[in-house]
Amino acid sequence: MQNREPRKEDLIKGATGDWEIVLGLEVHAQVTSKSKLFSGASTEFGAEPNTQVSLVDAAMPGMLPVINRYCVEQAVKTGLGLKAQINLRSVFDRKNYFYPDLPQGYQISQFKNPIVGEGVVLLDMPGGRTVTVGIERLHLEQDAGKSLHDQSPTMSHVDLNRSGVALMEIVSKPDMRSAEEARAYVTKLRTILRYLGTCDGNMEEGSLRADVNVSVRRPGGPLGTRCEMTNVNSIRFIGQAIEYEARRQIEILEEGGKIAQETRLFDPKDGETRSMRSKEEAHDYRYFPDPDLLPLVLAQADVDRIAASLPELPDEKKARLMSDYALSAYDATVLVGEKATADYYEAVVKDGSKTRDPKLAANWVTVELFGMLNREGHSIETSPVSAKQLAELVDLISDGTISGRIAKQIFDSMYKTGRSASEIVEKDGLRQVTDSGAIEAAIDAVMAANPDKVEQAKAKPALAAWFVGQVMKSTSGKANPQVVNEILARKLGLSSEG
Amino acid sequence: MSDLTKLTLAGARDALKKKEFTSVELTKAYLDAVEGAKALNAYVTVTADKALDMAKASDAKLAKGEGGTLEGLPLGIKDLFATKDVLTTACSHILDGFKPPYESKVTSNLWRDGAVMLGKLNNDEFAMGSSNETSFYGPVVNPWRRKGDTTKIVPGGSSGGSSAAVAARLCLAATATDTGGSIRQPAAFTGTVGIKPTYGRCSRWGIVAFASSLDQAGPIARDVRDAAIMLRSMAGYDENDSTSVDRPVPDYEAALGKGVKGLRVGIPKEYRVDGMPAEIDALWTRGIEWLKAAGAEIVDVSLPHTKYALPTYYIVAPAECSSNLARYDGVRYGLRVEGKDITDMYEKTRAAGFGTEVRRRVLIGTYVLSAGYYDAYYLKAQQVRTLIARDFTEAYRSCDVLLTPTAPSAAFGIGEKTADPLSMYLNDVFTVTVNLAGLPGISVPAGLSSEGLPLGLQLIGKTFDEETLLRTAYALEEAAQFNAEPAAWWRA
Amino acid sequence: MSVDQNTVRHIARLARIAVREDELPALAGELNTILDWVEQLGEVDTKDIEPMTSAVAMSMKMRDDVVTTGNLQKEVTANAPGAEDGFYVVPKVVE
Repeated sequence: MQNREPRKEDLIKGATGDWEIVLGLEVHAQVTSKSKLFSGASTEFGAEPNTQVSLVDAAMPGMLPVINRYCVEQAVKTGLGLKAQINLRSVFDRKNYFYPDLPQGYQISQFKNPIVGEGVVLLDMPGGRTVTVGIERLHLEQDAGKSLHDQSPTMSHVDLNRSGVALMEIVSKPDMRSAEEARAYVTKLRTILRYLGTCDGNMEEGSLRADVNVSVRRPGGPLGTRCEMTNVNSIRFIGQAIEYEARRQIEILEEGGKIAQETRLFDPKDGETRSMRSKEEAHDYRYFPDPDLLPLVLAQADVDRIAASLPELPDEKKARLMSDYALSAYDATVLVGEKATADYYEAVVKDGSKTRDPKLAANWVTVELFGMLNREGHSIETSPVSAKQLAELVDLISDGTISGRIAKQIFDSMYKTGRSASEIVEKDGLRQVTDSGAIEAAIDAVMAANPDKVEQAKAKPALAAWFVGQVMKSTSGKANPQVVNEILARKLGLSSEG
Repeated sequence: MSDLTKLTLAGARDALKKKEFTSVELTKAYLDAVEGAKALNAYVTVTADKALDMAKASDAKLAKGEGGTLEGLPLGIKDLFATKDVLTTACSHILDGFKPPYESKVTSNLWRDGAVMLGKLNNDEFAMGSSNETSFYGPVVNPWRRKGDTTKIVPGGSSGGSSAAVAARLCLAATATDTGGSIRQPAAFTGTVGIKPTYGRCSRWGIVAFASSLDQAGPIARDVRDAAIMLRSMAGYDENDSTSVDRPVPDYEAALGKGVKGLRVGIPKEYRVDGMPAEIDALWTRGIEWLKAAGAEIVDVSLPHTKYALPTYYIVAPAECSSNLARYDGVRYGLRVEGKDITDMYEKTRAAGFGTEVRRRVLIGTYVLSAGYYDAYYLKAQQVRTLIARDFTEAYRSCDVLLTPTAPSAAFGIGEKTADPLSMYLNDVFTVTVNLAGLPGISVPAGLSSEGLPLGLQLIGKTFDEETLLRTAYALEEAAQFNAEPAAWWRA
Repeated sequence: MSVDQNTVRHIARLARIAVREDELPALAGELNTILDWVEQLGEVDTKDIEPMTSAVAMSMKMRDDVVTTGNLQKEVTANAPGAEDGFYVVPKVVE
């Protein structure tokens, strides 16, 4: 665990003084495989109960696990993406406990010898602050099935479709100090996983779930006893669970009480966490190496081959966007949040050897396009305006064919009709008027109609803006604003900077 | 027609090929024998209709001159092997009524080669036992009796149904499994041949698991040739078993009769244990003389960690079984005893479903894996296991195969050892080392005790060297000329 | 290391096997006999000895990521003591 100076704004004020939150996360990420970790049953989401259950998953007597090579490779790939050490020899252990959605009576997991060791994740916090979160380990394990408790007052219903699905458990070091950092961590981890393609990061379908370890202490003091908030299923809930739990612990400590180390369940309905005593009762998992399997031994050459196939990851992409296109850290961070966004942006900005205005392109992607996608409930993948179409619009702005203001109007139309920018410009006659004669005539008309305003503006130059507005209105926004400004300044006898 | 059940597997195979009789006739003869041997309690399920259907299908193939290596030959199957749509209980109450929707790999291989299934054979509950007295369906009675005595004798265990059925000619041969001696010790107790192949030689897929790192399937048969024929069919790589080994299965029968001239036979001195009965010692000495006379070179070897094998086994096997048997929870198959909540249901079901010995081992296994004890017990045992395996590697520098007694005594009476688990465990003292090291071992009948009960000698081979093992066993068998038979007192 | 009745009760609970109070003394006795006997492994020097992971030297095979089975709802629930609408049904789980 790293020691860093507590930040004032992260501290929680209690009745007896300030408290610092210490957070570590265990994230369960479902490997995007077609079949399960140890069986040939499908992993597809939402099937009829017990239809994606092999004889192995149902723990029929005499059934044996056989490991899925793809899942192993995805774990290695993820480890490499987390800049982590890959363990060429790892071991699968049995974690023994009884639960109806655990048909074998044990979960196959990796306890002493995980496939991936220590790594690191960098968080880009607001204000350009960077937080380094250590990764303790990543291991492969099986998911459990699902118990439904609401179908009957006395009985539970068990569906084993998820039973045996491959999970990567990614354990962080207790390196986070605020709910905001925990949210940023999950967001960043999700981004990395999605770049790698090893997990789809879908939190609604349970492909990505987090257990949050929360403890509080006096700033910089010795670590407190931690409680584990289990299965917190959205990034928003992670924040809520942490804030509730930290306050609960502080309250206990300030009243002279002690924190009991336990697992707690976050209930999104009331935003509270509550103890899961049943899970604590027999906390002796009796781990031992699964005798149905052998140690998992990888060749360095296989790891090297996977390393060579890694895509550019968000941190590297961000650095490249900043150096290649002189983008701000903020713009670059926003653009690399999703690989699809970064790809879209690069398709807009770069066209063979030609590079468009990077800042202009960034604005159009992060402000206009994102705004529209959000309003219309689309994603970058389903955007009705392709990168190529947006690039054409940016070209039309850059070469002065249209004004920025008209461009927004054209973009609306592109989004709704699917027509190209140039087609809209031509058909709707939206080409920018740069002909100074025509603009001068429009200005003259406005001035002639408003002699009183002309006098006032000569004394109070700020009023010139009113004339600009009127001229733009009379030209349906097509007049080049720069030309309007120049001519107007001259006519009103104001000094022109242009 | 003379008694068809007198033939060996090889004899019946050759006769069927020559159309001296049909598989249906042979199968009926066995079904009659089974029907008349209820007193032995060797079968827990008889699949007469299925047997006759399979025999008819075999006859059709044989008539056309087709068929596999076991075409039309009736076999018994230990109840530990899952048989599709046929009751499979591992002789435990907890698997009440379980009919698997799948067939074990080993039995699939037998059916692929044309064998006929007569039914399921009794065994110790979940193969935990050395006398077949822990079965939920009651003990199996050994067809052999002491001279002038009607005391019921155990057939050995856990494959007691298999050994008794082969000895009483209730099947041509039987499948069995061996975790600490469960093929070889019952074979020794019944005057039959039992081979446990190298770990990984037969697929474990579809065999109810006891201790995964030790369990291995093999046959019990009338003689070495029959065992060789059976093993060839049962063995083979299985992509569904991660511990199965991908290497070709040799024609074991072809290895027989090559003799043992020049073969170096090791005699491990640590197997001469304190309190070993003189007749066992004498039998061993005879075995040494036989092999020497057949041209083998006798070499003294040392396996220094032998005395630690049983304690090691009684940590590793219970630990694995405590986890392997966790799936019997009343949820997906078998027995359920209702309870007020899920935990109550689990506890009641498992209390009612497991017998005393199984419960004992599950508790021991749970204890040795529990927090704070893992290193002292399980880890330590697995380290000692490494040393035991190393002993063998060392010994095989100076020899090709080892000769030992199979068991420290002849078969004992039913009920004689059930009160003292430790004395029962000591039955496996010569066999268990082989499982711990993953090696192949075979028991060959070599004589009778002073009371008239069969005694066996064990040969232990190198990893995947079943061919040397079988040809040495064949030489031993030829020298021993064991042709005693139990009197058929059980016939109804 | 000797097990007392409380320990037996605890491991029986871990193993989910109901054990009657009157069975505890005898069970503790049996378990102690066996544990005392296996204790002799303590004599063996196992310093720097790797624990065995596989009796026979082999490497773990891996399978390809292909869906090879499914739609066995009937088969996997046919033997269940409690099943309904394709689910296994068990007494209520108390969280």
